[in-house]
Amino acid sequence: MTEVTLNGVVKRYGKHEAVHGVDLKIHDGEFMVLVGPSGCGKSTTLRMIAGLEDISDGEISIGSRVVNDLPPRERNISMVFQNYALYPHMTVRENLGFTLRIAKQPEAEIETAVKKAAGILGLDELMERRPSELSGGERQRVAMGRAIVRRPDVFLFDEPLSNLDAKLRTQMRVEIKKLHQRVGNTIIYVTHDQVEAMTLADRIVLMRDGHIVQVGTPLELFNNPFNTFSATFIGSPPMNLIDGVVTDADTIVLRNSLTVPIPAAACGQVVSGQLVQFGFRADNLMPVGHAVEETGKLVDLELSVSLTEPLGTETLLFADFAGQEVQAKMLNPRPVKPGETIAFHLMLDKCHVFDAANGKALRD
Amino acid sequence: MNRSQTHRSRRRILKALHLLGLFLIMALICIPGLWIVLNSFRPTVEILAKPPVWTPTFTLEHYRAMFGGAGEGGVPVFHYFSNSLIVSVASTVIAIFIGMGGGYAFARYRFRFKNGYFVGLMLFRAVPGVALSLPLFIVFAQVGLIDTHIGLILVYVAMNVPFTIWLTDGFFRQIPKEFHEAAEIDGCTRWQAFWKVEFPVARSGVASAAIFAFLTSWNEFALASQLTRSVGSKTMPVGLLDFTAEFTINWGGMCALAVLMIIPALVLTFIVQKHLIAGLTFGGVKG
Repeated sequence: MTEVTLNGVVKRYGKHEAVHGVDLKIHDGEFMVLVGPSGCGKSTTLRMIAGLEDISDGEISIGSRVVNDLPPRERNISMVFQNYALYPHMTVRENLGFTLRIAKQPEAEIETAVKKAAGILGLDELMERRPSELSGGERQRVAMGRAIVRRPDVFLFDEPLSNLDAKLRTQMRVEIKKLHQRVGNTIIYVTHDQVEAMTLADRIVLMRDGHIVQVGTPLELFNNPFNTFSATFIGSPPMNLIDGVVTDADTIVLRNSLTVPIPAAACGQVVSGQLVQFGFRADNLMPVGHAVEETGKLVDLELSVSLTEPLGTETLLFADFAGQEVQAKMLNPRPVKPGETIAFHLMLDKCHVFDAANGKALRD
Repeated sequence: MNRSQTHRSRRRILKALHLLGLFLIMALICIPGLWIVLNSFRPTVEILAKPPVWTPTFTLEHYRAMFGGAGEGGVPVFHYFSNSLIVSVASTVIAIFIGMGGGYAFARYRFRFKNGYFVGLMLFRAVPGVALSLPLFIVFAQVGLIDTHIGLILVYVAMNVPFTIWLTDGFFRQIPKEFHEAAEIDGCTRWQAFWKVEFPVARSGVASAAIFAFLTSWNEFALASQLTRSVGSKTMPVGLLDFTAEFTINWGGMCALAVLMIIPALVLTFIVQKHLIAGLTFGGVKG
């Protein structure tokens, strides 16, 4: 059983505080992704778990052990670095076996473990090569192989796919997920890419400025963002947000005096006169007459489309909504001319209202 | 068509000029060395001949004399050679160990007054060695280090450490810190991580620092001429002075000894040259 627990973990560099009291519980076998923009403290948090950074305050435990003062080698973890950090003077075989050789395991055992890891990741052909003779994807696989040879309690990944091209990244993403299904260890994975976070994670930790903004499953974050930051960071395209004022208990006046009803979930939370942001995703603003399940309360809108982005199965429409550009989605695409006005349905039950003062979602 | 032809001939001319420039610079660097080697094989008359003799006579007389007895112009070559070797190797090894420790610390750790220390080390390097010769002489005379190997080794270590620190610092800085981090996660102590991963990767840098340190000690003349007295401690550059008498200089003999001095330096550089090929770190990181 390998749970990882962070209790009020703080990181200070001199007077500057980079991570402010993070509390987190990562369950055994869970694939946890730390995501956020650069400088949000996600990598620092991971490095504190790895033991590569000192903990200024708080407590980190792996399993039942508090590891605050343990050096990395005693934490029984493996880490895959963004730049892979393969030892350039060793062959792939030596790279894979390094950790066991340091632990003074018998040669035969090292050989079996290395072979097994190589088999899992398809490295058999590459064993005698040096890292400089490998492609980016191969290096990535060797780095993962080196991590699994150790049979660690926890895998740590620090932006492992950032140095790969887009196509390879998608491919390696699948491999990482397969690896997790196969070995079943606890994984803590840091990325700035929300697509990686959504696709890989059992749960996501969204961070910003050294604080945790929201923790939850990918769908929880997608469907119920805690604040405007969650709403715009998770999901692609980001959620559309439009400034407005609550006039009475059930209406929001947006700019250009366009009005929308308040979604049922937010009704009890708003007061008249409150400044808010009205949010909805592109998927919830679709041209009328679409072959989609249009459930719940619909708002009819006529919007002028300024730009289209065909993606094959769907097309993104950039439309003018209360004087602000929003993105809508059209399935079963048909050609749309710029400037054309189209009738849209806004799925009100899927819309969100955020407090304009602090960005927090207003929801029952 | 025409234009591309002029373009091409212009490129050819530029290339020729480029090669000519390189040739002149290389000639400037190589000719004195060549002159020494050639003169060591010529009779003294020819060396001093004016106008110069263009078709040289080959002779080994200077070598024969040098290795000959004391009365026939011989010098204790083997003593000088072994003194030079002992002093240079010992001072290089010590300087490299200290320099590597220092360079690693400057590259990896943050500490108070780091920049100050570094500038201080570099400033120390800027002090001309000869300026230190008198104080060194007095101090060494007091503690009895004049005319000893240890005395000379100490001086050369002090001379070389700032430089090796500066060089190895640069090399360790190029090695991503992820290497030692990965090694530590793989089960190494910091010490093991250094010796098993960072040191092998920085090998080429350390080797080049070692060559520089060795050559500095091997060729040093000013301080050695002050601090050594007898056959037991004189190094080869100081030994060259044996060929100067009150009224004459035995140029041929001097050149012959100089050739003997150059050969080990050349051989060493040639051996280590392989290791100097940098780029070992590429591949371990990034795509």
